[in-house]
Amino acid sequence: MQSQLPLYPDQASNFAPHVDALMLFISAICLFFAVAVTATVIFFFFKYRRKTPGEVGVPIHGNAILETAWIVVPLFLAMGMFAWGAVVYVDFRNSPKDTLDIYVIGKQWMWKVQQPNGLREINELHVPIGRNVRLVMASEDVIHDFFVPAFRVKMDVVPGHYNTMWFRPTVAGRYHFFCAQYCGTNHSVMGGWVTVMEPSEYAAWLSGSSGSGENPVVAGEKLFVEKACSTCHMPDGKGRAPSLNGMYNNKILLADGSTVTADDAYIRESILQPNAKIVAGFQPVMPTFQGQLTEEQILALTAYIKSLQAQPVPATGSGIAPASGKK
Amino acid sequence: MPRDHYLNATYGIRSWLLTTDHKRIALLYLASVTFFFFIGGTFASLIRIHLLTPNGFLVTPEMYNRLFTMHGVAMIFFFLIPSIPAVLGNFLIPIMIGAKDLAFPKINLLSWYIYLIGGSFVLYSFMTGGLDTGWTFYTPLSSVYSNSAVTPAVIGIFINGFSSILTGLNFIVTVHTMRAPGMTWFRLPLFVWAHYATSLVMILGTPVIAITLLLAGLERMFHLGFFNPALGGDPILFQHLFWFYSHPAVYIMILPAMGVISEIIPTFARKPIFGYSFIAGSSIAIAVIGFVVWAHHMFLTGEATYAAIAFSFLSYVVAIPSAIKVFNWTSTLYKGSISYDTPMLYALGFIGLFLVGGLTGLFLACLGLDIHIHDTYFVVAHFHYIMVGGAVMGYVGGLHFWWPKITGKLYPEFLARIAAVTLFIGFNLTFFPQFILGYLGMPRRYHTYPPEFQVLNVMSTAGSSILALGYLLPMCYLVWSMRYGKIAGPNPWPATGLEWKTDSPPLTENFHVTPHVDWEPYDFKNRKDLGLEAGAPLAPAHGDD
Repeated sequence: MQSQLPLYPDQASNFAPHVDALMLFISAICLFFAVAVTATVIFFFFKYRRKTPGEVGVPIHGNAILETAWIVVPLFLAMGMFAWGAVVYVDFRNSPKDTLDIYVIGKQWMWKVQQPNGLREINELHVPIGRNVRLVMASEDVIHDFFVPAFRVKMDVVPGHYNTMWFRPTVAGRYHFFCAQYCGTNHSVMGGWVTVMEPSEYAAWLSGSSGSGENPVVAGEKLFVEKACSTCHMPDGKGRAPSLNGMYNNKILLADGSTVTADDAYIRESILQPNAKIVAGFQPVMPTFQGQLTEEQILALTAYIKSLQAQPVPATGSGIAPASGKK
Repeated sequence: MPRDHYLNATYGIRSWLLTTDHKRIALLYLASVTFFFFIGGTFASLIRIHLLTPNGFLVTPEMYNRLFTMHGVAMIFFFLIPSIPAVLGNFLIPIMIGAKDLAFPKINLLSWYIYLIGGSFVLYSFMTGGLDTGWTFYTPLSSVYSNSAVTPAVIGIFINGFSSILTGLNFIVTVHTMRAPGMTWFRLPLFVWAHYATSLVMILGTPVIAITLLLAGLERMFHLGFFNPALGGDPILFQHLFWFYSHPAVYIMILPAMGVISEIIPTFARKPIFGYSFIAGSSIAIAVIGFVVWAHHMFLTGEATYAAIAFSFLSYVVAIPSAIKVFNWTSTLYKGSISYDTPMLYALGFIGLFLVGGLTGLFLACLGLDIHIHDTYFVVAHFHYIMVGGAVMGYVGGLHFWWPKITGKLYPEFLARIAAVTLFIGFNLTFFPQFILGYLGMPRRYHTYPPEFQVLNVMSTAGSSILALGYLLPMCYLVWSMRYGKIAGPNPWPATGLEWKTDSPPLTENFHVTPHVDWEPYDFKNRKDLGLEAGAPLAPAHGDD
């Protein structure tokens, strides 16, 4: 338990100790300089106070050695802060492979969350201890930001973009989450609670509550047929469009010779702006679905397409670039 | 008082509204920025009162959002950006370099009218529905979703930008072409160097914000898709364009204040400033590097990791020139003859507050730490330490320093010292708790908050009432002193700049005869005309003087 006036929030994720350590490191350096300069100013202020009305100071114009010292030393310390900060940030921005993906949609002024089995939550997020959780986030209107102080993580949720962030909860409990990007009238109440549970409790909670929402993969499969995607994107790669089997997270060879990784953002872009990136060997014939799908439908389609990752890649290929040395 | 001066040269309302005298235009600006300061200050007070309780008891969410937006717009675009340059810079730059006026006196007047027109549009927006987008106008909230009077506000800020551009242009041409004989570049007061750097930013940056807000306005009015993803635009593009100006705008606000401090400290320590060329050069370095750090406002928008790393690196680099200034100001005190006059109290207060503001910038530039403190009260506290603790302390300190020159009268010294100390205490009590609030996770722009944040919010609100008192006090005694203050004389401190070689208040033409400068800046020792014990050092001098 913390005292009545805590100086830092609960530490409940893998990032919390790293961010707090950075905070202590930078605070220590800054406190040193703040105290040193302030003490010097106060000391000079009293030591060199004017003794007679006509007195003048000693004309000292500068000192090259001192100037060099107070350029080089702070620069050196600043580079330390920069480097350590960059290491933590790079870790935060690159999620590990084995993540539990949870979809988050922000809209004025609520958060809609969907667990992997389709269970929906509003302004609540349940996550298990010890799993790498990745939030795949989209906005239906303006920019929002999903912020969990106890996890020391936040990320903007931008309309027209998928942003993801990951964390590994470490301590069971209930923690605030907030919208951190000002989003209009009820910005301040667009928040809720993250519940961190033991993995067994989480599994029980998931199964106990299932049925209240459709599994996004199943919903996506229905949409895939309903919206006639399946008429061109045939699994054997012989349709007018590339097969989507085994595509997710692989490199795709494009018509202009470049390659792109088929991540969530690429799938989203291909649905909404099909002509932005054309897979090698195919014609730009797909119509745009901009304005015809809700963010939730796009997420469901994406979830379905990702589920095809486990399917065998057709022999004819679908523009998937030959495996390079590294996987 | 001299028999003839710029205040009694002509009379009547026309002689003010059609004046081309830079000193009178400075006073027109003084009145108008003070007006906007008190509007913005009133909004701030209402915000702080509202936040006394977790649920907020004063205003509705709609009104709260309007209050912090209008506080930001009034303070940034109509007070902080014009304050020191258009008031003190306008008044002093021609006199400091020994000129009769700015290079383009009519354009100088025009820039004040442009400011008034821009300001009127913004006031119209405030009175007809208000503005609830945040001063940052992030799209698509501002361009699509907001129900407030965004269009007139955007037009007002667009128009006002030209006022800033013209002022910057005027300063640059004036400094290049109108220096008195003997006033070489390295004899310029550091106040002039700071304004030269500021003017560069004004000219190069302001057009970008003008265009950006115009695009947002066009998207709002005519549904042209620049930033709205539903129309094929990208909201992140807006942020790049917005911060390309609005980060350098921070330097428009703080550089002139640094210039003021660089004048006050040598005057009240009675010795040359330590490292003149380093302070002058660091102003230019800040102006230049300040243009390439903008995306550090966007580390969590999903921008590329490598871009974020580059902008974090550059943000640490831009901290160094500010550090150079602080170290040089501190060293200037060494073996000085220091007095406790009011402007010096403001200067020392500035060093302390700017130090905290600058150092907490290092926290925010740190990529890993910014994940947590971005968009929290930590940011609010940080930029208020720079903007209020830095820029406003510099402005108020500068007003006190040059008040005898502007009005010819002295203000009541005792009262002024009390006000300076009140401001310092009130400021820290208001904003220091916000650093802790931010680290605890309280997001900014919240009209209601979880109860565990209340204690720190109450402290902050208590501080803000002291701070408000600290601003009202100078307002009262400065106005009082215009009529009842003691006669100041040409050089009451005494100080070494050219502005102190002429009458207080000066003639319309500034000088009776064109001055010839044959002394180095901030030289007290060889200046017999100052009436000090020149040539009697306290102790043997050290260093490479």
